[in-house]
Amino acid sequence: MGAQLRIYRRRMRSVKATKKITKAMELISASRIVKAQQKVAASSPYANELTRAVSAVASLSSTNHPLTTESANPKRAAVLIITADRGMAGAYSNAAIKEGDQLVTLLESRGLEVNPYLVGRKGINFYKFRNRKITQSWSGFSDNPTYAHAKEVSDSLIAAFIADAQTDPNGVDELHIIYTEFKSMITQTPDAKRMLPLEVVESSAPAGLLPMYEFEPNAGEVLNALLPRYIQARVFNAMLQSAASEHAARRRAMKSATDNADELIKSLTRLANAARQAEITQEISEIVGGADALASASAGSE
Amino acid sequence: MLRVEVVTPEKRVWSGEAKMVSARTLEGDLGVLPDHAPLLGVLADGTVSIKTTDGSVNDFVIHGGFISVANNRVSILGESAN
Repeated sequence: MGAQLRIYRRRMRSVKATKKITKAMELISASRIVKAQQKVAASSPYANELTRAVSAVASLSSTNHPLTTESANPKRAAVLIITADRGMAGAYSNAAIKEGDQLVTLLESRGLEVNPYLVGRKGINFYKFRNRKITQSWSGFSDNPTYAHAKEVSDSLIAAFIADAQTDPNGVDELHIIYTEFKSMITQTPDAKRMLPLEVVESSAPAGLLPMYEFEPNAGEVLNALLPRYIQARVFNAMLQSAASEHAARRRAMKSATDNADELIKSLTRLANAARQAEITQEISEIVGGADALASASAGSE
Repeated sequence: MLRVEVVTPEKRVWSGEAKMVSARTLEGDLGVLPDHAPLLGVLADGTVSIKTTDGSVNDFVIHGGFISVANNRVSILGESAN
């Protein structure tokens, strides 16, 4: 076998092996999107009920809560960026990081310091590589977050919010979150939302008028118990949507990798065939040339 | 009749019709019968019993939860329930 042909065959083998891997990852991600979507759906009854309750307390009582009051002169803001732990998901993590950079620029133009909080190894590595400040980071659960993870993250964010930003370098006056909204199987967009101070105007509750609730023990206590959970539920929802988006992005990236590998195998096969054909042609012409030479040599001796 | 839902952040644990729900709030034990006044209460960690229409009793141990009652709909939300 000629050298050229051997090289083509070797490249085809390696592309085929890669294709098997990307195909497998595509199928795995496809099945995980469905699971992740189900988790988003399963968390919505709790979130809806909580939103209803929070808007009921907020609209029916005049209690002021530290989590809903805006600081007169905000000094610092926390930005939570949710990225993936693993790559192979196209621009998924980068899109979220870029959205985060935009928000940071915006906040800094308002004269705020920014404390970044990161979820996901990709975001952490991006910040570390550029020697940027990381206030706190979590990783290891981006593709399958549980409520306990959301609780851990939001508890430390709430603690930072309650701390006084003027004196404590970890205290913040605002909290923003960057996550990737799962719109459909083909569209996922990074989105920035302000979480704190809370704007409880989301009256997406179906029934227009809220019943006149009684509160037990009292409106203030109920709000105290509800608000941290409301934040946790929203962080949890953001994580679940990001996880679903991550799987969708990975599936798409792996699908185009598989398609590319197919394409590559096809063109390599063509090249290998041409090389084989050229080899055969050369062999034939060598034989014919040799025979001619022999024939003319013996003809000349007579 | 009461429509009762027990939900956690991760899933809906139970839902169905009930005759009575009893729970313990921070202020003390509370029983909810049909046509109860609208209420939002913080639950103490403990057991919530739901007496269903067919007479059986379902108990849930709720951690970090609260109860909301309105228009004969009772929602029990907990960080964990089992």
